[in-house]
Parts: sequence; C-alpha cells; structure tokens
Amino acid sequence: MQISTLLLILSLIVLGAYYLGLRRSLQVAGRPGKRKHTLHSLPSYYGLLAALWSGIPAALIIVFWVAAQNTVITRLVVDALPPEYIASVGADELTLVINDIKNLASGNIISGQSGPMMQAAAERYLHLQSISRLALAMVVIALAIAGMAVIWWRITPGLRARNQVEAIIKAALILCSTIAILTTIGIVLSVLFESIRFFKMVPFTEFAFGLDWSPQIAIRADQQASSGAFGVIPLFAGTLLISTIAMIVAVPIGLMSAIYLSEYADKKVRAIAKPLLEVLAGIPTVVYGVFAALTVAPFVRESGEWIGLSVASESALAAGLVMGIMIIPFISSLSDDVINSVPQSLRDGAYGLGATRSETIKQVVIPAALPGIVGGILLAVSRAIGETMIVVMAAGLAANLTANPLEAVTTVTVQIVTLLVGDQEFDSAKTLAAFALGLLLFIVTLCLNVIALHVVRRYREQYE
Amino acid sequence: METLAVNEAALEALDQTVEITADEMDKPEFKFDKTVGSIHSENPRMVMRNVNVHYGEKQAIHDVSLDIGANEVIAMIGPSGCGKSTFLRCMNRMNDTIENCTVSGDIKLDDVNIYDKKQDVVTLRARVGMVFQKPNPFPKSIYENVAYGPRIHGLAGSKAQLDEIVRNSLERAGLWSEVKDRLDAPGTSLSGGQQQRLCIARTIAVSPEVILMDEPCSALDPIATAKIEELIDELRQNFTIAIVTHSMQQAARVSQRTAYFHLGYLVEVGETSNLFTNPSHKLTEDYITGRFG
Ligand SMILES: Nc1ncnc2c1ncn2[C@@H]1O[C@H](COP(=O)(O)OP(=O)(O)O)[C@@H](O)[C@H]1O
Ligand SMILES: [Mg+2]
Repeated sequence: MQISTLLLILSLIVLGAYYLGLRRSLQVAGRPGKRKHTLHSLPSYYGLLAALWSGIPAALIIVFWVAAQNTVITRLVVDALPPEYIASVGADELTLVINDIKNLASGNIISGQSGPMMQAAAERYLHLQSISRLALAMVVIALAIAGMAVIWWRITPGLRARNQVEAIIKAALILCSTIAILTTIGIVLSVLFESIRFFKMVPFTEFAFGLDWSPQIAIRADQQASSGAFGVIPLFAGTLLISTIAMIVAVPIGLMSAIYLSEYADKKVRAIAKPLLEVLAGIPTVVYGVFAALTVAPFVRESGEWIGLSVASESALAAGLVMGIMIIPFISSLSDDVINSVPQSLRDGAYGLGATRSETIKQVVIPAALPGIVGGILLAVSRAIGETMIVVMAAGLAANLTANPLEAVTTVTVQIVTLLVGDQEFDSAKTLAAFALGLLLFIVTLCLNVIALHVVRRYREQYE
Repeated sequence: METLAVNEAALEALDQTVEITADEMDKPEFKFDKTVGSIHSENPRMVMRNVNVHYGEKQAIHDVSLDIGANEVIAMIGPSGCGKSTFLRCMNRMNDTIENCTVSGDIKLDDVNIYDKKQDVVTLRARVGMVFQKPNPFPKSIYENVAYGPRIHGLAGSKAQLDEIVRNSLERAGLWSEVKDRLDAPGTSLSGGQQQRLCIARTIAVSPEVILMDEPCSALDPIATAKIEELIDELRQNFTIAIVTHSMQQAARVSQRTAYFHLGYLVEVGETSNLFTNPSHKLTEDYITGRFG
C-alpha cells in the first residue's frame, strides 16, 4: 500500500473518530430534553479528543517507520548476501554494490554486472519493501482504531475532555516553538564550531585587527602564493561606510515623511501615500541592486566627473544611496506608528498652552515618541548591515580600507558570498573565514536588535 | 491622529452614565424656549452671544449666550454628551484643532472677538489656559513641564526669572513643597493628583486671565480632588475660572454661578446657591435631584 493511500485512510479514520467521540459523548449524556448527566465539556471536545488520540500516535509511527525503513531493509539485504562475497569486496565497494541492488530493484541501469546473486538480492529488497509497507499499514490502522476505541470507552460525562485537548494542543505549540529555538541554536553552534576551526588556522587577533583582506589561499598545495590575509577591518569599515550613507539618506527622509503623514497630511493623502511608501519595502533587494548598478552608479560617476572628482565605477556612495532608499519605509512606518501612539491629550496640552503645531511636534510629540523612533532606527541599521545584494552589485568586491565614499569598498556580507561561491571543500581557511565573518555579523546585529527591542519596550511601558 | 481623536470620543461615550439620544429632544417634556435665569454678569470678562457649534452636520451647541464674570468660578453641569466640553473649548478655540468643527456666534474676551481673523490663537491660549480631564504632563522633567509655556511665549528674560516663574507657579498650585527636591524627575513619575496640579501649575505659569477646566478631578481620588477644589478657590483671587464637572457637590463647593446644559442648549444659569436649592426649570430640577445623570 502506498504511503499516500495510507495517509488518506488514516485521515478518514480520524474523521470517523471525531464523529464517534461526539456521538458517544451525547449518548452518555442522554437525550436532549431529559439529560441524565451534564457533560464536563462541549461535545466537540470529546470528538476532538478521540480524533487526536487516534491520529497522533499513528502519525508518529508513520514518521519513524519511514525514517528507519531504508536502513533496516538494506541491512537485511546485505546480511543475506553470501559472507564470502562481502569479505571479497571492501567496505567502500559494498556501498556501490548496495546502490546497484537498489537500482536493479527499481529497474534502473546499474554500474556493475548483474549476476544471479544480484538479481536475488534485488528481489529480496523488493520483497522486504512490500512487507514493510503492508506491516506499516496494518500497524497504523490498528493503532488509529485502538486510540479511538480507548477514548470511546473512557468517555463519561465526567471526562475532562476540554482540559485534555487543551493540554495536547499546548504540547504541540511548545513543540513548534522548541523546533524554532533549536534550529536557531543549531545554526549558531554550527557557525561557532566552524569559526573555531578557522581560528585554529588564523589567530583571532590577526582576524579582528588585521588591516588587510585578501583571502586568496591556494586551492592546490603546489600553487604559488599560498598565504592569505584575513584582516577584517576593511570589511567592517566598508560595512560601516555604506550603512552610514544609507542611514544619512533614510533617517531624515523616513522621519520627515512619518511626521508629515501622521501630523500634517489629511486623511485622503495619508490613505494613498502610506501604502505607496510601504510598497518600497516590498521590492526585492536584487531589483534595488540592478537599479543601483545600472542607474545610480553611472549617475554618481558622471556627476562626480562633471564636478571634477574621480569616482570609481562601483562606489560606496551609489550602494549607500540605494540602500538608504530601501530602508526609508522601515523608518517611516515604524516612526509613524509610534508618533500615532502618542496620546492626543499630550498634543491638546501643548495646544492649550498656546504652542503652535510645529512647536507641539518638535517639543512634545517627537520627544514622547523618541524612544520608539530610536528603536526603529536601530532595527533599520541592523537591516542595513545585513544587506548584501545591493552592495554586491553596486559597491564592488575590492576590500579597500577607505573613508572615501567615491571609492569601491566591500562589506562583510558580500565577502561571505564570494568566499563560498565556487567549488571548494569546507576545510581551507578561505571557506572557513566565511563562518567567522558570519559569527561576527551575527553578534553585531544581535547586539543592535537587543538594544533596539529594549528601547522600544521601555517606551511601550510608558504609554499603555 | 484622527483615529485617536475618534477613539477618545468613543471612550468618553463609554464613560457616559446616561445616553441621551437625538430623539429625546422630540419628547414632549423637552421643548426649549429660552435660557432661564440671568446670563449676565456685573463685571464680565468673557461675553458669549448666540454661539452655535457643529461637528460636520451635527449641531452640538444651540444658540448659547453666557457671561463669565471676572474672578468668579462658573460651573457647567449637565448630562454627558450635552456639549459642556464643546462649549468650553470654544473659549480658547481648542475646537480649531478638530477638523470638522465649526463655531459661529460672538465670543469676546475683554471686548475683543476671539474668533476675529486678526486674533492669534497662540496669544489667545496664553490668555485663556486649559486644564484637561486626564492629567497630561509632557514627557519632560517637572521643571520643564512648568517652564514650557513661559519658554514658548518668551516670558522669562533670564534663567533666574524662569526659575522664579516655575517656583511661583508650583507654589500657587500647592505642589512646591512636594516636588522642590526633585524638579528634575519626570512629570509622569508623580501621582495622579500631583500630575493634575502640575498641569494647573503649567497653565498658570503663562499668567492667563481665564482658566478653563474640563472635569479636572474625574480621574482623581477624593483626597486629591479635595486639594484641587481648595486650589480652585484660591486661584479665584487672580483668575476667572470656568469648570466643567459631573459632580454637583463639586459645583456647589467651588462655584459662584452654575450653568445647566441639556442636549446642547443652555437651560438654566444662576447663582450656585440658588440654582441648587431652588431650580426654576423642570429639567434642572430633574438633573440635580438625580432623576437622570
Ligand atoms: N470631535 C467630535 N466630532 C464629532 N462629534 C463630537 C466630537 N466631540 C464631541 N462630539 C459630539 O458633540 C456632543 C457634545 O459632546 P461634548 O461636548 O463632549 O459633551 P460633554 O462634554 O458635555 O459630555 C456629543 O453628542 C458628542 O458626541
Ligand atoms: Mg466632556
């Protein structure tokens, strides 16, 4: 029986369990009108409980069975091969043989020659597989029905079905959040361990304080110039430069437009302008990157030349400008929210003292909203630091240590990409450096986010 | 901003003890003829004649005329939604900040029409200050809260002068002794009653002539309320005060004259002692005997 058929049958049983649980609860409670007992929970909870009990164990069995099935069957097939034959082939070759058996079983072309022994093994493989499927189907159906039956017997008016259902749902929720947290921890740990491997090859101080970044380590041992330089300072300087330009563009424009939208614009303008501004946030960054590389960068170069400056064809300025535009909606919509949540009574208080509109905004509304605005800006900064596409396309790859926005620079994220693009094994200092960069980037943005959330939270406490 | 204003109106509506609907006006017992009692005052400071206020299509104040005398406290009472706040907000043009609100009629402060085109609302609001229902100190220090008005109106020439104004205002609001050691603490760190007295200090710091108070004690406990009432009585020496209140005891305690509003009409106005003991209009009597509201 195919797995999909089995799943279909299982869901039918689960549906049936729901219905039967519901009926059973009504039955034990007696007919409407002359109720013998009052049920502890609503009837649908009894149905749900029966459905969960019949569905969950069966589903778990399917998952584990499918996960283990392959290994077990392969093992059995190998055990059935003549022991002399196994001894004659090495361990490496054995995996090839197993592959051949599987291919033979599914009717594909095989690499070795297919003797009668191989044919027998392939048949055995198929046979075991069908037994396994049948057994799974029987176990699952039996389990589902058993679960349903257990609840059927247990349903009495006093059964606390609602509490049990809620407990099961709560457990499921906890499981989901645990998965999310464990994934995060897993990612962080893997990055951390790879970084530690990297720091065994390149000392941490050289990495953190080196002024030179050229990770061209030899791929073959006999290659010349087999040493690379892993100083991260130019990358961070580049990141800082571009992010600063981006924030110089985004903060004033975003904040001003938020102030205009929340304090000056009338309803009609606001209803149109706000969604339009937020469309900016929906543009994929690669599109911004194209825009930066094909439109803004040449424009910057030409206007630079026009006033007699030499501008690299890829420049930090072009990337920063476009990144700033990308970030505007973050700042404007976050600021707009906090400005709107400043209570009207504060504005009234200022107007009542004779403050003008601009005085009220500058001296009362903005100070009241400031913590929230700062939080929004910090979130935007970490977004700018993590941005990659725009920089790859518009700022170049040259790791220059410069503060001149007209030169090409590169950033941490871009270097991570270039280090990992291509066909290398993950054991040279060059590829491992990507993990060290990732770790550093993670720590920096984590700090920013923690600060931002803290600031925003403090603000919330004040006005709710 | 709009949604906030609407929400507050909605919240206020929830607070209302009595819901008065428009069709109640059609009930036979309410046929408005003219205001009972004397709307005049011997020594008028503010003179209002035939004031009408609309929110969009909806009329909230109908043809109200009233004088407010110098150094008197006038209380405005009436069921929720009868237009007390609306009327009060006409006196310093706070209604200007509400988008669809139109005011017509004559409102004069010391014989000058405050709705005149030449009238600057900034100077008007310095002369007619306002204290709100909910204490609303700015997110600044206690000192800065009080210094804010004098600063924007340029009332103090030097730091020393400003210090003096702040101290004086806090003293007159009866708050100085409680906060003199922590003028740098945020205004929001005070208790509700203290915050409201801070707002009063903030208002009197710009030396207004008239102070409007819209249910200034409705968010306060009885002890804080008693303090504010005491304060109002003292402030009468120097200011003219119009206070909206939903508490008739409070009106009786602090005011010299009382005006009773009903569904946007000024039904009766008179000496406080008289109006409470011997109301002339049936509606006033119903209200103060607790038949409604
Ligand atoms: N901003 C507003 N927009 C529209 N209608 C309003 C607004 N403020 C008040 N009103 C209406 O005007 C009437 C008087 O309101 P208000 O002056 O607040 O009454 P009170 O202060 O006596 O409770 C009410 O019917 C209210 O619904
Ligand atoms: Mg009111």
